[in-house]
Amino acid sequence: MKQHVKALAVHTLLVGAVLYALYPVLWVLTVAFSRDGLGEGGFVLPWPRHMSCVNFAIATGAGTGKSALFIRQLVNSLTVSGATAILSVAIAAPAAYALARMQFVGKRAGLSGLMLTQMFPTVASAVPLYFILSQLHLLDRRAGLVVAYSASALPFAIFQLKAAFEAIPVELEEAAMVDGATRFVAFVSVVLPAARPALAITALFAFMSAWNEFVLAATLMSREEAFTLPVVLQRFVGEHSAAWGPFAAGSIVVSIPVMVIFYIAQKQLLSGLTAGSVKG
Amino acid sequence: MKPWLIAFLTFAVAIGLVASDCKTAPKNHIVLWHAYRGAEEQALLELTARYEAQTGTTVEVLAVPFLAYASKLSSAIEREQGPDLFIDAHERLGSYRDDGLLARADDAFPKSDIPRYDTIASAVARDEDGTAWGVPFALKGVALIVNTNLVKDVPDSIEALVKQRYDRIYPLAYEAESAYVHAPWLHAFGGTMLGPDDSYGFVGEPARRSVAFARRLVSSGAVPAGADGALVKQLFESGKAAAIIGGPGVVSELPLSVPYRVVPLPPLHEASLRPEPFLTVELLFLAQRSATRPEVSAFARFLASDDSAKTRVRAQVVANSSTWRNTDAIAPHLRAFHEAALASRPMSTRVAMRATWEPVEQAIRAVLRAQSDDAAAIDAALAESARRFESAKPRATSASPARGLTALAATLFVIAIIAYRNTKPRFWSGLRASAGAYAYVMHAAIAVFLLVVLPLAAGAVTSFFSGSRNHMTYAGIGNYVDILTARGGPLLGYGSFYRTLLVTVGWTLINVACHVTIGLCLAVLLSRPLLRAKGIYRTLLIIPWAVPSYVTALAYKGMFHQQFGAVNALLRNFGAQPVSWFSQFSTAFAANVATNVWLGFPFMMVVMLGALTNVPKDVLEAADIDGATPWQRFRHVTFPLLLPQLAPAVVLGAVWTFNMFNVVFLVSGGEPDNQTDILVSEAYRWAFTRHAQYGYAAAYAVLIFGILWLTSRFSRRWQREGA
Repeated sequence: MKQHVKALAVHTLLVGAVLYALYPVLWVLTVAFSRDGLGEGGFVLPWPRHMSCVNFAIATGAGTGKSALFIRQLVNSLTVSGATAILSVAIAAPAAYALARMQFVGKRAGLSGLMLTQMFPTVASAVPLYFILSQLHLLDRRAGLVVAYSASALPFAIFQLKAAFEAIPVELEEAAMVDGATRFVAFVSVVLPAARPALAITALFAFMSAWNEFVLAATLMSREEAFTLPVVLQRFVGEHSAAWGPFAAGSIVVSIPVMVIFYIAQKQLLSGLTAGSVKG
Repeated sequence: MKPWLIAFLTFAVAIGLVASDCKTAPKNHIVLWHAYRGAEEQALLELTARYEAQTGTTVEVLAVPFLAYASKLSSAIEREQGPDLFIDAHERLGSYRDDGLLARADDAFPKSDIPRYDTIASAVARDEDGTAWGVPFALKGVALIVNTNLVKDVPDSIEALVKQRYDRIYPLAYEAESAYVHAPWLHAFGGTMLGPDDSYGFVGEPARRSVAFARRLVSSGAVPAGADGALVKQLFESGKAAAIIGGPGVVSELPLSVPYRVVPLPPLHEASLRPEPFLTVELLFLAQRSATRPEVSAFARFLASDDSAKTRVRAQVVANSSTWRNTDAIAPHLRAFHEAALASRPMSTRVAMRATWEPVEQAIRAVLRAQSDDAAAIDAALAESARRFESAKPRATSASPARGLTALAATLFVIAIIAYRNTKPRFWSGLRASAGAYAYVMHAAIAVFLLVVLPLAAGAVTSFFSGSRNHMTYAGIGNYVDILTARGGPLLGYGSFYRTLLVTVGWTLINVACHVTIGLCLAVLLSRPLLRAKGIYRTLLIIPWAVPSYVTALAYKGMFHQQFGAVNALLRNFGAQPVSWFSQFSTAFAANVATNVWLGFPFMMVVMLGALTNVPKDVLEAADIDGATPWQRFRHVTFPLLLPQLAPAVVLGAVWTFNMFNVVFLVSGGEPDNQTDILVSEAYRWAFTRHAQYGYAAAYAVLIFGILWLTSRFSRRWQREGA
């Protein structure tokens, strides 16, 4: 009986949190599904006056015969964000491992340097970044976006992974190395699997930062076929007026893949993997 | 696998990615950029296709989002990567020309063509010497849009229009707090936004009478207070506003159910001049590299020709005067917008024009929201806005570069000495012993240095310069002195560095505390082993992170609207008084915090969920067996084990929140009176709205950096002492 009451309390709290998380999105949904605006407002529970999917048709190009282009841009977003997630974790993991486990000259300076990069607002750095990427012949290429996004996701990824690696008992690697594995093999085959939740969160973070980024993508890419979805979305905001309906519809479309990916990935990535590997 | 093999493979993949999508630029190829959408874009694409078929030229058309347009243009054209031809508003002509981005357009717009365009449009495309810098293309301005169900005959004055009384319907709705839409009143009373010699125009009798007029409109209940563009449109669509002031963009998105008519703004009875709205003339600009390419001029002539105008006039108000003389079927609302455009005032092309919006809007807001409408309050608001315009002006600071170079050399020398003295005898052997570790960190070091550190450092260097883009002059530490002395104003005055710093610190502390608390509670609840539907909860709870924040931040702004927002509707349901959220610091700040907490808690929750999986189950079980209560288990076992893993997310979260400008920008917009601005949003204002003072903005960035750096140093020292 006591268990039931407890479970009920937990569910009530969580449902409350979900409502809190969903409520503003309800407004976005209402705008997205409304054919002709919201009405005058001044009410608590939003609902479209005239339900319609026309905004989704406009946002995805189905209304203007550009749906092939939209699919292509969706694929761009997925590849760029996916590649960013993989590349940033691939670069960050060894660096974080070295920072967690090895002693080397410049370690402390490197760590504080990494932290310092996050403290500097990017207000004046867009022009120099454009210049550097153009020198590297990375303008107007998805690879350029991937490289730029990965680099900017690195500091967080390294800190996050370093902390996760430090939480893993050293004995695990030492056992593997006693068995004849090199340090690198021990890192790949013992440490990385044990840190899978942290790797997943780091990858998710990099994915999300690339998925929603707009200014850099709009600045670096100069062909519509190379645009990512946030750039396409932002086109609905003009200087004098904005098409909120399609913008809201597009935002919903953009957020669905993220939630699908998260739903599929979380089950295996957040459910106590370490318990097994520590004991094993 | 060996580390070097991995290194090699990563580089190989990177190079493969680089080589994968290459771009070729054939001759006889023209690149055209624009920010149009909808019907205007369709017309442009149709004409381009026709031109390609006629001439064999290939044209690449790119639609760039408006928000990125100007910055993309200038970075791309400077690197010769940009368009050959682009469409933009005439008011940016001045800064584009001064930055050397434009080619003369005398071939595309010869003197003999002047009569072909509306006089008002021809005039803005040429400078004082008669040189053409663009080709007139389209006109954008506002007019009065009336709902013909409610307004049968358009009254002959604004006063008569707002005197109409309806049941719960506003006779007129417009963005009362926008300087752009307020401008007609100012012009009617004989004022200007920007006076001669870049002086501030929103002063004296015209400004006073215009804000008094706007205040009467709002306080009599004829015009809704604090409406933004979206709300004005919403009111009109739902039949809650009989007339609105808006542009062609509003009309093209109206539902068919609303019968409307467009007319030029009726005059003001009490004013002597016509209420001229601002006019924007969209011009075809030739990028500087097109100077030697006659085919680009030919294409520009084609797009702007009277023949092409017949296609374009389906979607926009073309600048070709002959089109309007024809009696062809042109949408009546476009004809009305054209008529209104001819009675409008082109915006100034001066760079200083952009710096007038902020102080003017502050004055309008102050007057519209004041409790009483005595003349003294209006005078005080106007004086304050003029003071702000003056204090935001670029200071003519210049310093001798020699001194700067000496200082730089001295700094480098000191750093070298410190580095040398700190180099222990074991340094070189240590370096050799570190080689193995370097194989692990090398990629990260290179990537971060090249793509993060270098751009930031280059940005930091601009903080020693003043002026805009191509006219930077060395200013030494002038920018820093200016900021740290609050530009000579009171040190804790509104908008001063120190006051903004206090707001920023409060902002950061409250946000991070809420993020961590909510994130941790949810993560702990979601980690209960027997919980059902975990996956669903988790996925629904990351929604605030998944939906693009631009749109949700604006949804929040809408929710906090005084009259039409959901929050006040809820308060009314409970019998409480509605709150005017953005007119005082505390509530505006609370609205910002509410938005940012909502946006940021899922990230913390996910990080903590991950960290919780690293808490060994056996330790918890052991504690359980020892009879620890759940709280004790959390407090003494889980939490200490979590802490080291939370530290990076919390520290970085704090740093990011410190620099989180878009929530402040989108929700409160700094209201009231920039009081809720944080340091970064202040920096952005200097870079983009106040005379484009990049150096000044960069100095802000360096100071923010310095503050965070000092904080982290001290907090580490305190930690060490505490431990």
